[in-house]
Amino acid sequence: MNEKHLSTQFDAELSGISTRVLEMGGLVESQVAQAIYSLTHFSGETASQVLAVEEKVNAMEIEIDRDISTIIARRQPTAVDLRLLIAISKSIANLERVGDEAARIARTVQRLINSGVSTRMRLPVNDLAFEAELAVTQLRKALDAFARLDVEKAIEVLKQDDQIDQEFEGLMRKLITFMMEDPRTISSSIDLIFVAKAIERVGDHAKNLAEVIIYVVKGTDVRHNSVANVESMVR
Amino acid sequence: MDTRVDLPAHEKVKLSIRNLNFYYGSFLALKNINLDIPEKKVTAFIGPSGCGKSTLLRTFNRMFELYPEQRAEGEILLDGENILEGKQDVSLMRAKVGMVFQKPSPFPMSIYDNIAFGVRLFETLPRTEMDERVEWALKKAALWTEVKDKLNQSGSGLSGGQQQRLCIARAIAIKPEVLLLDEPCSALDPISTGKIEELIHELKSDYTVVIVTHNMQQAARSSDYTAYMYLGDLIEFGPTAELFMKPKKKDTEDYITGRFG
Repeated sequence: MNEKHLSTQFDAELSGISTRVLEMGGLVESQVAQAIYSLTHFSGETASQVLAVEEKVNAMEIEIDRDISTIIARRQPTAVDLRLLIAISKSIANLERVGDEAARIARTVQRLINSGVSTRMRLPVNDLAFEAELAVTQLRKALDAFARLDVEKAIEVLKQDDQIDQEFEGLMRKLITFMMEDPRTISSSIDLIFVAKAIERVGDHAKNLAEVIIYVVKGTDVRHNSVANVESMVR
Repeated sequence: MDTRVDLPAHEKVKLSIRNLNFYYGSFLALKNINLDIPEKKVTAFIGPSGCGKSTLLRTFNRMFELYPEQRAEGEILLDGENILEGKQDVSLMRAKVGMVFQKPSPFPMSIYDNIAFGVRLFETLPRTEMDERVEWALKKAALWTEVKDKLNQSGSGLSGGQQQRLCIARAIAIKPEVLLLDEPCSALDPISTGKIEELIHELKSDYTVVIVTHNMQQAARSSDYTAYMYLGDLIEFGPTAELFMKPKKKDTEDYITGRFG
């Protein structure tokens, strides 16, 4: 918010909480990127790092939520301030789940390494990297839009979600073909399908973030609407 | 400033304010106010000190006429009849539009007579009916159980919160149609405030309630509609839930979020 409250303390509390959301966002964004790196490079060490961060992300979610409750109890926020706090509470739940998806990918990588599959077979992991890059970019854009409360950028994120979905479907077809050609790859291909799904979910969470940004700025709840509808609702 | 907002179709208009200007001497304190107050709903007026919210409230029963240098121009229609026209009988009109003030103002008489006094001005009731009316009003004002054993004691012996509920009982004893509350809780502690707010909620099933309050949370908690005023202008009027969640005007948002300076 650019304009200041009469209470500078309140301003400080709100901006402090927003900063920590961005910090949490940055953390889960790198978690996803690392998880993908651990997959494409079959790096057990990187996978462990991803898992190590999970606890920190969970703790941040709890801490930020506690601070939101405190602000609501002490300040009785209204209008845009109240919308911001509700939005933050939803955003951090989404970010925490992004962290969960990263951890899921890291655990899958560990399993693939431990089973020895990663060295025995050529798995199409690089195909997943492209989907992951799309999802991470979406997440970064959504966090950027959050930092600036930028509705246009949030709408852009909503528009691009389709790309990830299409990429996911393409990967599914590919992995099914892979399994049909060589049934020995079924187990690891299923693992990769779950990874692809996890990445697709990261994109969904970015989309949810974008929706709450629109809610903060415009006061309009745009969930469960087509992008075209959203555009006409906010313009 | 054009801020006319049509009430939702299901609301019936009780008070309709049209092109209302109000002067303290040559000072224009209310600027062309247009507003419809819905029947059997609670409408709150909020705004910073000096914005005209109490002034507006005091026009609804011509309370300002007690002061010669104050005058109102325009129309205030109570069920379609302009109460600002001279031909209206002021005391009959005030029987329809009751008022409770910021500071509890019990009459220096017994609790019973505080209630009966106003009733006697308009009705001649036999003793038993008067007893029933007093009990009814005190029950409505959620005060009966606390005072039923000391009806003959002085009203000024009650606590602040009880005195204010006594004043509300006094106002509703003559069965008005509209109840005006001017900062009714500003001198009360949170428990008494809670009781009065509970009472406001009860009262709206029978009365149209208009409340002026400095306490925004009180407006948010207890009203159905809220009007935000600033420097004599009506800035925004709308359903309370909308006004506090997503106000239409930037000025309203700045005020309710505390960015006003």
